[in-house]
Amino acid sequence: MSVTGNIAAAPVQASEEMLRVRQRALLRHRIQRGFVYLLALALCLWVLAPIWFIASMALTTPATVRTFPKGVLPFIPFSFDTMQFFLTSQGIIPGLINSVVVALITLALSTVIAAPAGYAISRFLFPGRDFYRLSILAVRAFPVVILAIPLAVVFINVGIYDSVYSLALMHTALTLPTTILVIGSVFASIPYELEEAAQVYGCTPLQAFRSVVLPLVAPGIAASAIFTFVMSWNEVFAASILTVRNRTLPAQVLATLNQSSEPYQFAGAFFMMIPALIFIFLIRRYLFNMWGQISK
Amino acid sequence: MAAIRIENVTKKFGNFVAVDNVTLIVEDQEFMVLLGPSGCGKTTLLRAVAGLGMADSGRICIGDRDVTYLPPRKRGISMVFQSYAIFPHMNVYDNIAFGLKMNKFDKAEIDRRVREAAELLHIETMLDRYPSKLSGGQRQRVAVARAIAMKSQVLLMDEPLSNLDALLRLEMRAELKRLLAEIKATTIYVTHDQIEALSMGDRIAVMREGKILQCDHPTVVYDRPATDFVGGFIGNPPMNFLDAQVQRRDGAVEVAIGDFKLRPHPLMEPLLRGYDGKPIVIGIRAENMEALAAPADDALKVRVLVVEPLGAQNLLTVKIGANIVKVSTHPSFEVAPDQELWLRFPADKIRWVDRESGRVLYPELN
Repeated sequence: MSVTGNIAAAPVQASEEMLRVRQRALLRHRIQRGFVYLLALALCLWVLAPIWFIASMALTTPATVRTFPKGVLPFIPFSFDTMQFFLTSQGIIPGLINSVVVALITLALSTVIAAPAGYAISRFLFPGRDFYRLSILAVRAFPVVILAIPLAVVFINVGIYDSVYSLALMHTALTLPTTILVIGSVFASIPYELEEAAQVYGCTPLQAFRSVVLPLVAPGIAASAIFTFVMSWNEVFAASILTVRNRTLPAQVLATLNQSSEPYQFAGAFFMMIPALIFIFLIRRYLFNMWGQISK
Repeated sequence: MAAIRIENVTKKFGNFVAVDNVTLIVEDQEFMVLLGPSGCGKTTLLRAVAGLGMADSGRICIGDRDVTYLPPRKRGISMVFQSYAIFPHMNVYDNIAFGLKMNKFDKAEIDRRVREAAELLHIETMLDRYPSKLSGGQRQRVAVARAIAMKSQVLLMDEPLSNLDALLRLEMRAELKRLLAEIKATTIYVTHDQIEALSMGDRIAVMREGKILQCDHPTVVYDRPATDFVGGFIGNPPMNFLDAQVQRRDGAVEVAIGDFKLRPHPLMEPLLRGYDGKPIVIGIRAENMEALAAPADDALKVRVLVVEPLGAQNLLTVKIGANIVKVSTHPSFEVAPDQELWLRFPADKIRWVDRESGRVLYPELN
């Protein structure tokens, strides 16, 4: 008897009991699925509810912000007044400019240094490769809190204290380990055989890199660059200690937090959040790639 | 003219000797297959010829040029990689044109050659597609088209068919053979598939542990293996090996398999005389034994363990002493497991293997 014959005959032979067993299995399967969905929903709420609340407070009138109990959009009036109040507060626009400058310099420095380093650790077996990778991570394990004070002293002695450029150096040092590892994994996802093929078909190693590897890693490197930008944008501790007059936005907000009003705080929080949100939205596809899991 | 001369090439990875003092000459326009189990150094040797891993010592010449220290792009070679290595960010046309563009051919010539190569491989309708939209077999065709568009005098192929499914592999095998006969490039083809090697190669170099054991025409490698390893690696089923004992009786040489006495071929007698009283190994292919349903004086009685009907033949498994032996019989020969039958060993089909060295003994070589 053929196999298909067996399958076709099964429903006819199925007894009452078989049907009940099948239904029970199906029900159990559905309950399990429902449970997973419920858990996922709870996790989403856990993350999204505060963001929604902060956004609601930032995008309503200052008067509404001060009332109690507080509501959320769309149940409260929509207005840009709170944001406008925040952005026109003293030190915010200069802080914003400083933040962008620091983040851009960090992005540029970090990517320029990390790209070759990442290429090296993903492509070459050199003596001390494992130690090098570990030491990269070790930098990350060093708390900024311990690092920042001596660094401030050094910066003062060298005469580069309270400058966005020196802060950018600090941010580069902080972001480099992550950027190197991320870019390394981006390079690792490009088969070396592609480069070899390019070399066989007439490229020098450098040409092979430019015409084959670079176009393939460009999106990944762009993602890691934006990631670096956001890390610098959000960094507050080193920024607070290494600058006094030329504060970045988070440092400025933090410095005035105690004396500031509720609308100022909410608007500040929302404003700080925007780049991260845009970043995650733009590169969500590559985020998986970053952690070594290669998705097509 | 582009013969490939590999002279005394050695390549080590740390303490591991991947290619051990290999010398091999591939004639102009010859199709040479490097065959061996994984880790035997065949790919390493190919990469040394390609310039992708420099040889530690020795010399490699292509045509009359010494290319030992030249980078891949200056060796005048094309290569098909095992993973195809076609560029995912370029469409099929640009992939095939890549080497031509890099070598600064003019536009019209590039276009002509790309279309010609694509036509040869039946992918002319896919020129503007990207690799991610192609099947494995189509990608393979693109990789081959890219290689032949260069019209290099030397074509290197690293297990090009190993990633295809069985049916497609069969089809591509014949197609590649036709194609390569047409383009007349000197080809080195690496594979671990002995059937591929037998069916495609002008000559086969069988490698093991970094050394070439035998390099000869497929029929010779199949029929007259140089060592027991070659006999056991090539052929499906592999060559059978039987333990036997050489003894002299009344001046003549006789070989005993258990109680059964075998008369070797007269040409072998002088050689076997040196093995008097010593054990020897008999090698014989499954299709070279005659299975008889009735007893005969010169046939050995065996009991059938397994019968495998394979369509064109029935494959029998029998046990002779401690050795498991495969016998191929015609499908019309009726046999059942546990049945007794008699095997005859034609004297000219028996290969005599030195037990110590594993070398097969041939009278004319001594």
